Amino acid sequence: MRDLGKTVAYAVLTLMALAILTPLLWTIMSSFRPAGDIFSGTLPTSWREFTLDNYRGLYKPIMRAAGTEQRLFPPIPFATFFVNSIFVSTGFTLLALFFASLGGFGFGKYEFRGKKVLFMLLLGSMMIPFHVGLIPLYSLMAQIGWINSFQALIIPGSASAFAIFLMRQYVATVPDSLIDSARIDGCSEFGIYWRVVLPLLKPALGALTILLFMGRWNDFLWPSMVLLDEAHFTLPVGLKSLISTYQEEYGVLLAGTTLAVMPVVLLFLWMQKEFVEGITLGAVKE
Amino acid sequence: MKRSWAPYAFISPFYLLYVAFMLYPLVSSMWTSFHYQRTLDYSVFVGLFNYRILLADAQFWQALGNTLYFTLGVLFVQLPVALAMALIVNAQFLRARNFFRLCFFSPTLVAGVFVAIIFRQIYNPDSGLFNMLFGWDIAWLETPFLIMPSIIMTSVWQSAGFNMLYFLAGLQGIRGELYEAADVDGASWWQSFVNVTLPGLKPITIFVVIISIINSLQLFDVPFVLLDGEGPGGHGRTIVMYLYQKFETSELGLACATGWTLAVLIFAVTMVQLHLMRAFQEES
Repeated sequence: MRDLGKTVAYAVLTLMALAILTPLLWTIMSSFRPAGDIFSGTLPTSWREFTLDNYRGLYKPIMRAAGTEQRLFPPIPFATFFVNSIFVSTGFTLLALFFASLGGFGFGKYEFRGKKVLFMLLLGSMMIPFHVGLIPLYSLMAQIGWINSFQALIIPGSASAFAIFLMRQYVATVPDSLIDSARIDGCSEFGIYWRVVLPLLKPALGALTILLFMGRWNDFLWPSMVLLDEAHFTLPVGLKSLISTYQEEYGVLLAGTTLAVMPVVLLFLWMQKEFVEGITLGAVKE
Repeated sequence: MKRSWAPYAFISPFYLLYVAFMLYPLVSSMWTSFHYQRTLDYSVFVGLFNYRILLADAQFWQALGNTLYFTLGVLFVQLPVALAMALIVNAQFLRARNFFRLCFFSPTLVAGVFVAIIFRQIYNPDSGLFNMLFGWDIAWLETPFLIMPSIIMTSVWQSAGFNMLYFLAGLQGIRGELYEAADVDGASWWQSFVNVTLPGLKPITIFVVIISIINSLQLFDVPFVLLDGEGPGGHGRTIVMYLYQKFETSELGLACATGWTLAVLIFAVTMVQLHLMRAFQEES
């Protein structure tokens, strides 16, 4: 009976793992196949059928037969998208970590007038979806000349209510005695934050880093509203904009997608433990 | 005494940005939703007119219907899959636990846009993986009644692994003695599942259900990229997509009214959560 249960569990497990991994592996495999083969409805029969052409198409124009004519596919400015995404996500993450940890320290370790009201304001606004303020935020960007700029992706979201909330929870676990003794030693208030509190927040900062970075890296709606040209596109906006042009050269898009996912995967593998703790923290604490 | 201004100095960078880029847009959005506005510098007060237009628009109701359809799909298909994943990954006899957990979780790392690029190929009627594997000839994304199920399937693939992590945390929070006691009483696997596991998962389940509803109501990226917009006959239009379309056509008042309608829906769901949580805490 026990063994039967185990067999069933392993069968279900294998089936699920296959169902999950197949689309990913299929995508990676297709990214190494010529466009004609991707849509041929067949599996590759030999290693020699694989090619790096799709990856070359990310930086070089490709010439392909389209019906009876030759058609030139312009190169995808993939490197530009990639650098933009790295710049925007890194800048956003660093800024958000700084504001959230500094503010979380203010909320977690000080008593001051208006603290309760300010904090309730934060919690209350967390319940309102981002989309509500989308249009006025866009108008604001237009007024201050931030349309089609990286600032529009880095600065507005960097005051993250979720991040400061998480930080406050963590700061509360820092012992008061450490802070008091630093103060007696003549440490400035900012010095206490920078030298005493911040190093102790490392696990929480790790969890937030991946959540914030991934959120910005994967974001689509807001960037697609404020970014206007290829020189500023991030990866999701850039690859989406090329779908119709590359319908017949889909392999190039799949190659781009494969590479675009890599930074998040690497970051995740590096900080897996912090990430899992981070996302379950909110749930368990409530 | 410098300690009195220190906390204000620490929270002010955050609050300056928060007020400018979060609270001001919210207030402004409320104002705009009561105005007829097509450009940045022209607007007329129209009271509840935008909301009346919205509620009289068949396209909005279709968007709401599609979004609720998706939400139900997430609750009744995606979450059970996530729970099954968690139960299996948590099983004591399992080897290579970390491998399977990582494998189930991996699609969560893929952005919605990229998921859609992947599934456009998989749903391709002529040569997509799906039709190829099963020998079918189905136009998944062009057949009206298959559009939402296709999007739900995509979402199961993408997000079940994420919710699995919550269920895993819940399972690990159930005290081991309870299982031992059930074992001593001679309970079968099924009996201890029903009497120990399920009740123990109740708080995390309430949390996961509410978070899933809130996220599902904000669905946008996957259908938008998968269908190049609203899909044939608008069968893939969601509430946020409707809002985006109103932005594109410069019906800004209507877009803001849509946003606030969404906020009210989410607020109602959150209230139910608070109520359920309180009831649960009183119970235990």
